Amino acid sequence: MRLRRIQAAAAALILAGSLAACGDDDEGASDPEVVEDAEFEEGTTMARIQEAGTMTIGTKFDQPGFGLLGLDDKPEGFDVEVAKIIAGAIGISEDDIEWQETPSDVREQVIEDGDVDMVVATYTINEERAQRITFAGPYYVAGQMLMVRSDEDAYETPEDITANPDGKVCSVTGSTPAVNIEPYLASPDQLVLFDTYDKCVDALSQEQVDVVTTDNVILAGYVGESDGEFKLVGEQFTEEPYGIGITKGDTEFCEFINETLAENEEEYLAAWEETAGQVEGTETPELPEPAPCV
Amino acid sequence: MEAVTDNLDLYWSGFLRSLGICLWGMVGSLALGTVIAACRVSPIASLRFFGTAWVNLLRNCPLTVVLFFMAFGMPEIGINAEYYTFGVGALVLYTSAFVCEALRSGINSVSAGQAEAARAIGLTFSQTLGQVVLPQAFRSSVPPVGSVIIAMFKNSAVVGAFGVGQDLYSLGRRLTSSLGYDYIPVLTGVAIGYLVITLTAGLLLGLIERKVAIAR
Repeated sequence: MRLRRIQAAAAALILAGSLAACGDDDEGASDPEVVEDAEFEEGTTMARIQEAGTMTIGTKFDQPGFGLLGLDDKPEGFDVEVAKIIAGAIGISEDDIEWQETPSDVREQVIEDGDVDMVVATYTINEERAQRITFAGPYYVAGQMLMVRSDEDAYETPEDITANPDGKVCSVTGSTPAVNIEPYLASPDQLVLFDTYDKCVDALSQEQVDVVTTDNVILAGYVGESDGEFKLVGEQFTEEPYGIGITKGDTEFCEFINETLAENEEEYLAAWEETAGQVEGTETPELPEPAPCV
Repeated sequence: MEAVTDNLDLYWSGFLRSLGICLWGMVGSLALGTVIAACRVSPIASLRFFGTAWVNLLRNCPLTVVLFFMAFGMPEIGINAEYYTFGVGALVLYTSAFVCEALRSGINSVSAGQAEAARAIGLTFSQTLGQVVLPQAFRSSVPPVGSVIIAMFKNSAVVGAFGVGQDLYSLGRRLTSSLGYDYIPVLTGVAIGYLVITLTAGLLLGLIERKVAIAR
């Protein structure tokens, strides 16, 4: 009887051990390097994060290719991978990162309130935002374009929006593309705004709106998912540099981020290839020159 | 407060648009609510069933759900319209259930003798309702119906989130996000806009109540 119990316990232990070994096998294709013992000056954000052992990062949860929440409750995409590169350089592995959804209009607020350590969320650098927070990077330059239904011929350039006053244009509240498209509107009623891009995409497919406008990579993600229902038209008509949002005035963190990205250019390119680069029609970017940190 | 003073023209046009949504919502929900209340008290069983089903459905669905069905469900089945129409429509449908119930409490407060006397002198159901019962019911249901309408004025802000641009709510979001203004002054301005509508409505309601007060 005793031997039976010992055998049963041993079998259970072996089983549990092998299951635990199995559990580690579903990692991402390439994990960013986690630097174990980086040295940081006292008082810098990097030192604080390294001490805490975890990091809260704001990203989008609804942007295919950049920040899209998967079924396992973890976001995936280019922005997510760039964030992991930076976290890795501080010594935070991806399991210790807490992801928070930051839609377009709360990004400055969560940084100011200190709810997140940084925001990597298709975050276009502009002057008004730079008054409230500091931008590291840019790490990518996108451009604004138009997306229409595949059978639509009336729209090629933004001027066609002015030429078709009955058509509707959709974008997201509080985004720079919404502000950039305003000069081309025949009347303010032409612009329909929602809080997320996927509502715009639904409205486009339901023929409630005729054009969706935002950065080309975001649109390319939706075109890729749409199975031929949508197409991109025209050329990009603005330059949208994506930056990483951090607390205003944190120049050490800003410089650290810029250096980390410059040193990890290979991982940066690999991150693109695995995420946004999978969509047809996108080009692998070069890491842009970072802007001076203010 | 430069956020407000620099953008007074935007605030004014936003206020007018919100006022438009509120007024259309008020007219629509009062009319529809009266019809549904008539259904609920009618002698025809199928109309009563319809009225009860209407109220139970729309009173228990959150406004956001009703708005989703209108703004995204209707185009899905092929009915396309301006988001403004969908927004006001959803508001009217939702509020009509509450107006119906408030009116019904007014109808119940009219003594049964009135309806009996109307029957006795040969009035039909619609004549009884229209000439005898409802005029008295309206008078005693002014406070509850008024509250429902003021609640609807505040709900009009939710409509702003469903593709209806340029109302006070969307203006607040636009000023705080892409134009980067600070939250407190912008939202104080938006709140004042809504308060102007609701406080004015409250004052008018008080006036109406005094005018139609029933001496008991």
